[in-house]
Amino acid sequence: MKIPRLTDTTLRDGSHAISYSFTAEQVREIVRGLDKAGVPVIEVSHGAGLNGSTIQQGFSKTPEVELIKAAVETAEHAKIASLFVPGIGTSEELKEAVEIGIKVIRVAVHCTEADVTEQYIRLAKELGIEAVGFLMMSHTQPAEVLVEQAKLMESYGADCVYVVDSAGALVPQGVRERVSALKKALSIEVGFHAHNNLGLAVGNTIAALEAGADQLDGTVRALGAGAGNAPTEVIVAALNKMNIDTGISLSILMDLAEEVVAPIIPAPIVIDRDNLSSGYAGVYNSFLLHVRHAAKQFHLNPTEIMEELGRRQAIAGQEDWILDIALELAKEKKYQVIK
Amino acid sequence: MSKVKAAILGSGNIGTDLMYKILKNDGAMEIALVAGIDPESEGLQRAKEAGIAASHEGIKGILADPDIKIVFDATSAKAHVQAAEQLREAGKMAIDLTPAAVGPYLVPPVNLMDHIEAKNVNMVSCAGQATTPLVYAVSRVVPVHYAEMIATVASRAIGPGTRQNVDEFTRTTANSLIQVGGATKARAIPVFNPAEPPIIMTNTVYAAITEKDFDFDAVKKSIADMIQDVSEYVPGYRLKGEPIVDYRDTPWGRLPVVVIMNEVEGAGDFFPTYAGNLDIMTASARRVGELYANHFLQKEEVQQ
Repeated sequence: MKIPRLTDTTLRDGSHAISYSFTAEQVREIVRGLDKAGVPVIEVSHGAGLNGSTIQQGFSKTPEVELIKAAVETAEHAKIASLFVPGIGTSEELKEAVEIGIKVIRVAVHCTEADVTEQYIRLAKELGIEAVGFLMMSHTQPAEVLVEQAKLMESYGADCVYVVDSAGALVPQGVRERVSALKKALSIEVGFHAHNNLGLAVGNTIAALEAGADQLDGTVRALGAGAGNAPTEVIVAALNKMNIDTGISLSILMDLAEEVVAPIIPAPIVIDRDNLSSGYAGVYNSFLLHVRHAAKQFHLNPTEIMEELGRRQAIAGQEDWILDIALELAKEKKYQVIK
Repeated sequence: MSKVKAAILGSGNIGTDLMYKILKNDGAMEIALVAGIDPESEGLQRAKEAGIAASHEGIKGILADPDIKIVFDATSAKAHVQAAEQLREAGKMAIDLTPAAVGPYLVPPVNLMDHIEAKNVNMVSCAGQATTPLVYAVSRVVPVHYAEMIATVASRAIGPGTRQNVDEFTRTTANSLIQVGGATKARAIPVFNPAEPPIIMTNTVYAAITEKDFDFDAVKKSIADMIQDVSEYVPGYRLKGEPIVDYRDTPWGRLPVVVIMNEVEGAGDFFPTYAGNLDIMTASARRVGELYANHFLQKEEVQQ
């Protein structure tokens, strides 16, 4: 089987789980470990992508340009990547990040809105960096729709398109269908990004590889939004057992996970009730802390908010709907009590 | 009373909806011409069916008629830059619905009277029309240090022009929150949601306040008044629940943030009712046109 390219996104997806509080020192330490281990691509930015520092998402404690600079300065071999969500980021931030030295931009949109990426994928190619299309919430659409959308990204000049399981709602069969359909239809590379809400992150990642994926995502110690991602060190261990030699040092990754990343994580990332209900309802993982905030404020069960978000088909970037739903649920309850 | 002749440049969806709005609401304007560039376009067909003169020769027909005083430009930013010059020379008032922003931003309940003698005004963006009044409603009571707005619209209600230029949309809208809404800093973020059935436009405004004390009841009253003002020309414009104050960690410390949630249901003149984003654009443009038309009529009276 082919050797996949691994992208570690601890310093991007992981920022959701620690409320965007990475420091430049933490970035240096984590990049140093990943780089030494031989991970080829390291993603660094606000969890919601460049310029994601907002009230809606949560403000970064350290400006992300400082974090990206720290990563670029530290990495000796790895390429530094950033996420970019059109509308949150603009061309200005993309150009700034390229000037600092990122070599890959991952342009993320809801998986039916690929035409919004044209402006940015073309700009990335003009600026001479790699452009990856990131189809978020891929569980919501069948393979045919994803193929259509991925082809648009390919036509704009993307080097790779990812099937992104933002809600951790896919099972291996769904991953295989989507990845193999993209592989068949595209002449560029295909990637897969997992979340662990159903306990399938590593299994789905392997299923994607078996279906032909060229690029895979992981985060050290699964440090990512909601239920977390496929742990990079576990992916490498599993690939080793499959006799797929990525050249990445498992022992360095294990040390990094245990000694550097684990102490940063405020609470263990497990599939608790909130994360399971989120994945089961097909809700975007980075909503988790916002849902908990609103549930606490309005004395609600996070699960009922998750279920309503799923019912309303909320997509990435709609944290404001959490508050709207919480207010409505709280109002209904008050009404019921009075009745 | 005589009416002021107006023309619509651009026979696409926006131009067509605007035509129906002006026809439906009796006012000081009458549409003398709908001008497009495609003789086969549905918009020109519909204009003819409604008994309105239609031309597929673009701005030419508009320039040829000296009686046309007001021109709504519903083409594109690029086209408007050219048209603006020609309309100015011909002495016609331009109401620009594109993101070109040749003239000042106009948001009816906030600064309608400020540019009464302007020859070219810009209608910002759909999100700008929906959220600038809300930011202003807060800032007229207590200074807004930072305003952020999230506009969620149905994917089906977002045309290719906006999709290919999200940068322009976010920049224009944020600028309007500062220049017209009165915020010191601002961000504007659009979300295109493909849910089926399509969702109606929903907007959330966050207004971060650095003042130690402020009268939230006065803010709420100001917001309620503003909703009333906007709903006079956009009937489907309303609050979603009561505004609240939520404390958030910001780069300026832990601050009270006024959170206003709003929705805009369209009138269904041409667009489906979920497309409140398009409806508020054409309704606002009509409102502005009415003001200028009345202003022209008054000036004429004075002269007579």
